[in-house]
Amino acid sequence: MTQKVTVTRVLFFLLFLITLSFSHYTSYAQDEEIPTEEARISEGESLFKGNCQSCHKVHEKLVGPALKNVYDRAPSIDWIVNFVWNSQKMIADGDEYANELWDEYQPTQMTAFPTFSRDQILSILAYIKAETEAGPEVVADVAAAGDGAQPAGDAIPSFYLNAIMIGLVVVLVLILLVLILITSVLRKYLNQRGELDEDDREIVNPTFSFDGLVKSKPFIFLVTFVFTAIVFKVVINQLFAVGVQVDYAPKQPIAFSHELHAGQYEIDCQYCHTGVRKSKSANIPSPNICMNCHSAIKTESPEIQKIYAAIENDKPIEWVRVHNLPDLAYFNHAQHVQVGNIECQDCHGPIEEMEVVRQHSLLTMGWCIDCHRQTEVNTKGNAYYDKLVELHDAESKEALKVEDIGGLECSKCHY
Amino acid sequence: MSDNKKTYWKGVEQLTNDPAFVKNAESEFPEFLPINQNEEGGSNRRDFLKLMGFGIAAASLAACEAPVRKAIPYVNKPVDIDPGIPNYYASTYTQGGDYCSIVVKTREGRPIKIEGNDLSKISQGGVNAQVEASVLSLYDNERLREPQKEGSAISWDDLDKEVATKLNSITAQGGQIRIVSNTVLSPTTKKVVEDFTAKHPTTQHVVYDSHPMEGALVANEASFGTRMIPSYHFGKAEVIVSFGADFLGTWLSPVEFTKQYSKTRKLNNGKKTMSRHYQFEGNLSLTGANADYRTPLKPSDEAKAVVALFEALSGKKSSIPNIDKAAADLKKAGNKSLVVSGSNDPAVQMVINGINSMLGSYGTTIDADKPVHYKQGNEKAFDQFVADAKAGRVAAAIFYNCNPLYNTKAGSELKEALSKISLKISTADRPDETAIAMDYIAPDHHFLESWNDANPVMGTYSFSQPAITPIFNTRQAQESLMKWAGVAQPDYYTYLKDSWTSALASAGKTWDHILHDGVIEIDPPAEGETEEDQANPQGVSVSQAIQQINANYKGSGVELSLYQKLGIGDGTQANNPWLQEMPDPITKATWDNYLTVSQAWATENNVQFVEGKSNMAKLTVGGNTITLPIVIQPGQANGSVGLAVGYGRTSAGKVANSVGVDAYPLVNKVNGVSSFDIMIGVSIEVLPETYQVAQTQTHQTYMGRETVIQEATLQEYQKDPGAGRYHAHVATWQEESGETSPGTLSLWKGHKYKNHHWGLAIDLNSCTGCSACHVACQSENNIPVVGRQEVLNRRDMHWIRIDRYYSSDAEAGDLRGLEVAAENPEVTFQPMMCQHCNNAPCETVCPVAATTHSTEGLNQMTYNRCIGTRYCANNCPYKVRRFNWFKYHDNAQFEDINTAMSNDLGKMVLNPDVTVRSRGVMEKCSLCVQRIQYGKLEAKKEGRKVKDGEINVACASACASDAIVFGDMNDQDSKIYNMLKIKDTEKADYLIEKEIGEPRAYHVLDAIGVKPNVSYLTKIRNKDKA
Repeated sequence: MTQKVTVTRVLFFLLFLITLSFSHYTSYAQDEEIPTEEARISEGESLFKGNCQSCHKVHEKLVGPALKNVYDRAPSIDWIVNFVWNSQKMIADGDEYANELWDEYQPTQMTAFPTFSRDQILSILAYIKAETEAGPEVVADVAAAGDGAQPAGDAIPSFYLNAIMIGLVVVLVLILLVLILITSVLRKYLNQRGELDEDDREIVNPTFSFDGLVKSKPFIFLVTFVFTAIVFKVVINQLFAVGVQVDYAPKQPIAFSHELHAGQYEIDCQYCHTGVRKSKSANIPSPNICMNCHSAIKTESPEIQKIYAAIENDKPIEWVRVHNLPDLAYFNHAQHVQVGNIECQDCHGPIEEMEVVRQHSLLTMGWCIDCHRQTEVNTKGNAYYDKLVELHDAESKEALKVEDIGGLECSKCHY
Repeated sequence: MSDNKKTYWKGVEQLTNDPAFVKNAESEFPEFLPINQNEEGGSNRRDFLKLMGFGIAAASLAACEAPVRKAIPYVNKPVDIDPGIPNYYASTYTQGGDYCSIVVKTREGRPIKIEGNDLSKISQGGVNAQVEASVLSLYDNERLREPQKEGSAISWDDLDKEVATKLNSITAQGGQIRIVSNTVLSPTTKKVVEDFTAKHPTTQHVVYDSHPMEGALVANEASFGTRMIPSYHFGKAEVIVSFGADFLGTWLSPVEFTKQYSKTRKLNNGKKTMSRHYQFEGNLSLTGANADYRTPLKPSDEAKAVVALFEALSGKKSSIPNIDKAAADLKKAGNKSLVVSGSNDPAVQMVINGINSMLGSYGTTIDADKPVHYKQGNEKAFDQFVADAKAGRVAAAIFYNCNPLYNTKAGSELKEALSKISLKISTADRPDETAIAMDYIAPDHHFLESWNDANPVMGTYSFSQPAITPIFNTRQAQESLMKWAGVAQPDYYTYLKDSWTSALASAGKTWDHILHDGVIEIDPPAEGETEEDQANPQGVSVSQAIQQINANYKGSGVELSLYQKLGIGDGTQANNPWLQEMPDPITKATWDNYLTVSQAWATENNVQFVEGKSNMAKLTVGGNTITLPIVIQPGQANGSVGLAVGYGRTSAGKVANSVGVDAYPLVNKVNGVSSFDIMIGVSIEVLPETYQVAQTQTHQTYMGRETVIQEATLQEYQKDPGAGRYHAHVATWQEESGETSPGTLSLWKGHKYKNHHWGLAIDLNSCTGCSACHVACQSENNIPVVGRQEVLNRRDMHWIRIDRYYSSDAEAGDLRGLEVAAENPEVTFQPMMCQHCNNAPCETVCPVAATTHSTEGLNQMTYNRCIGTRYCANNCPYKVRRFNWFKYHDNAQFEDINTAMSNDLGKMVLNPDVTVRSRGVMEKCSLCVQRIQYGKLEAKKEGRKVKDGEINVACASACASDAIVFGDMNDQDSKIYNMLKIKDTEKADYLIEKEIGEPRAYHVLDAIGVKPNVSYLTKIRNKDKA
């Protein structure tokens, strides 16, 4: 027994020493390799979010393994770099660790990123290291939950307010009815007693007649006027609402959830909507983008099966267009997202909370114009605007708004 | 009103997007309203009222529903294609021997616009109207959907099986096989024909051209020993003499020649010399209109003029006007001169060779070592083929993309002979005049769907790549030949690539490289002969040729000259409505061909010309009689009349059929070569019937208004660069001497252009009037075609027009006389589009502010705001605004005319970035604002300034003579800034005026003070006297 314990202890000690020396060695190597500067970490963060996030999380397993401590787990930094560049090659070359991973995760292949430089991969590792050291985002989750609760908190009082108001009105109406009832009962009672003198009789049975009031000309005029005005207003409102499809949320051929993909999994919008930074249209993703993940994930789901069917039958998925601009208006996503640096949510609303996408904004010309009046031009670091900024600053102390550079002109959107 | 939360379906048809439903959903009324039918027709007033009631109910119901629109992504998105971003592919336009290197703009996989390819040393980024319009021919609804056997559909497999069996049995029996085609520029196609010949050894390839250059080929064979046409370099010539060769319009390689020619006509940046151009011709051609000296000569005198010039160079005086002068200039210019002739007579071409040899032009302006391949037709071979066919000696004939039954004189003979050919196949893309007489039609792809190569000039190769997947079940003709010849390669692409592998490897280029550039130059293998031997033709037979000319050219009575129009050409693309409606730059006529006659002839024959209508004529040549309208043409040589070929098609499609008359049967055969000049046996009878040709401009002269056209001669310009400029002056209260330019006075504050100030500069001296810009604009801006009747109603929709003005012989005060053009007028072309006035008269009268001024100098037109009062058009001094009198798209009335907006196929050509306008709105040149916005966004995305030349408007980019220059007048490095020598002068706090320093630059109607952003440069003629 003791012998065994001793042996085990010795073994453990030896193992510890080896691990120590190894970890020391690796950590020494890391210290040399994985950068710790803020700039590199944030570079890594944006690279991670743009490229890795759709399959990897730092603390959880997603499509691919959780990446925390990956720099310790993996055989070497070089190994990681090579794996990122071309994992399939390493597997084919018979790398032991790579094959272990492949056995675990196949048939999902990791996308090759041959365009990444070694420094970029190191930046990503720096970010992962920073995240690993920061630990799982419990605090962030709480904050997120808090964020989520905040609007709900706003909503509750307004709902209660409405309920209280309605309750109050009901109570008041009831009181009014009771009062009317009491007066009429009292009047009846007094009239039946017949002991009233002239003055009291006049008070009890006033000459004022309700009928007279209703039939009087000013009253009829007033009522007609109010009625016409209301009808007019309703008609005008309705006419203005023609073609406005706020909250239009048609059923889509595939029950795709933005709440799940963009919200829960935090997949970057651009991962699927590839045109948003370069083209006028953001692009509805084609099934081959879905297949990046869904070749392995939830393959049995009947909704995912629809994607397979589309690919097999070579028949495109006919999504129902939610945001419809009239043909006479030209809108360009790249101008707003790439150049203007506007968040998708500014126009599309909290898309990451939408189970079914609905139209959030009015998408009327007035809505466009309002925004162009209020929004400052994102001129920073863009040489195109240099002259405009210079001239504007010479003339005005206000910030350069879109309307100041012709953002309200007809031919910016209509041609 | 619905709350828009739910989706309502009108029925299953809508849910499933039934094609019939989709079609009807677009139309204004669900079905045809039988308004004009009487009781017998089965419906009466009550039915009508019921229908109306239903219609109103349906319309109001429909109004409440938002249509469900689909967003359909690719199943598998190609890496290179992003919806909304255009892709460009270098390719090659070939139509017979016509050649142009192009770049095809595609959007979402559809070609929508053709631009020139700057990398080509031949077309140098230029295009012409036919090239621009060819993108619409791709979407021609008349194209065959699948192969045909005797008028009914057949599968490719069955066709191949049947054709191969028949060909094999013909070959086995020793029957003769002929492949008939126009000029084939593609060396690889020729290789396929060789392979076909190897399999079927009795095959002969017969090449003909609808407009042959047999004369030049024969003459050059006599002079140089090779049957070829040399390269011409108009750019190196100081004196150009042309005898009936319309080299800027239709002769040989007009885009190339326009590029070269225009370089010699530019006067800027210290260059104060330009070429001098003499033209001797019968019809007033585009080239003649640009000549400095033009002598109208009837065809029989034209050949004599060639002889006269030859003799004048040796010192003999001539009685023909301008010949002596031309001879003197030619002698002075020496080897920097160039003489060409459009004649198809070998004798005339011999004399031309003699003249050029005498001048020493070979080696400078003519390069006989670099032959061009545009015209390879052999008339003798074709005539032999027709004779063989008639004699029943041909067993099988394959017509490869040619239409000899229509565009040759022998067409009718050949038609009769076809019954004796047992196997007849055509590869035409439509059942044209030849194809309908065939057993099989194996329809070829459109060139934008094809792989191909071309060898236009020795050593220069050009490539075609498909810009779209084949729309129909067609097959490339080369592939058909390969199939029938049993070639191993599966398709023509593989064949083409294989045949280029070694040549590319030795040239150090890759396949991708040539697909990117579209062109490649490979030095031809050096030949044994020395340059000296080739460079000078033997002048032995010139005297013999002169004798022949003197003997042969005897005209009697009126003489007829057949010519090609710029738009329709030889008629191959006749079913293209853009080309049909493109006004001919000279006559400004659309949708017709007609007899052009001189004013003198018209007076002599009592031709009445009242309110646009003139008498019809009965033209008889030999046994052919045709009735056609008359147009009085200033500049038409006395004693001659002109008529365009390419019209009168019977089987081209809805657009072209029965438009105009067919002139091919009138072509003459003289000594075995075709002659387009008929000098004997022409009789014309003027008929009492009248007809109005749809012309877009009927006013011939500018009546001495110097505010519109300003011109000078070269000598005057050399003395004073501002010569010919007209400066209006008025007196003001501040300055009574009358020295103030009215253009400087203004009621308005002016505009401050902080970032860009877009403008155009148009050099009237370079503009040849070729109208490429016209079609480019139509293609870029979704401009509808309105048809003959609407053009007659003055409702043509073109945003750019080429105003053509003739000089008048009348005195300045003779107002009536000024309206009459001269007998041999000087011609000026003036492209006219919206001038984007800074003080725009249209903007101030619009009651709804639908037309406004932008901060970048554009005059903006907002269609969705326009209510159609037309005040703006009435107030426009340039008359460039166009009103949509009808809904031209999806309108049954315009279905056969406006094909680009009437069917699903045609609509694929529309530019998705430009709104298709509806009825009741005004439109006009937007200065291609979509291109400006696109270019600006590209710059913004990359965080940089806009580079000059990066944004170009459609007209300027199409211009083969670089006459139109677009740019930012605020950018001091821009071409336009330096061309106009702009000086910024800040006059007041709120106003930045631009002063144009270039003395030649002026604004049209400057005196009215609208301050346009379009400037014109004066026309300079290289004439001796003022």
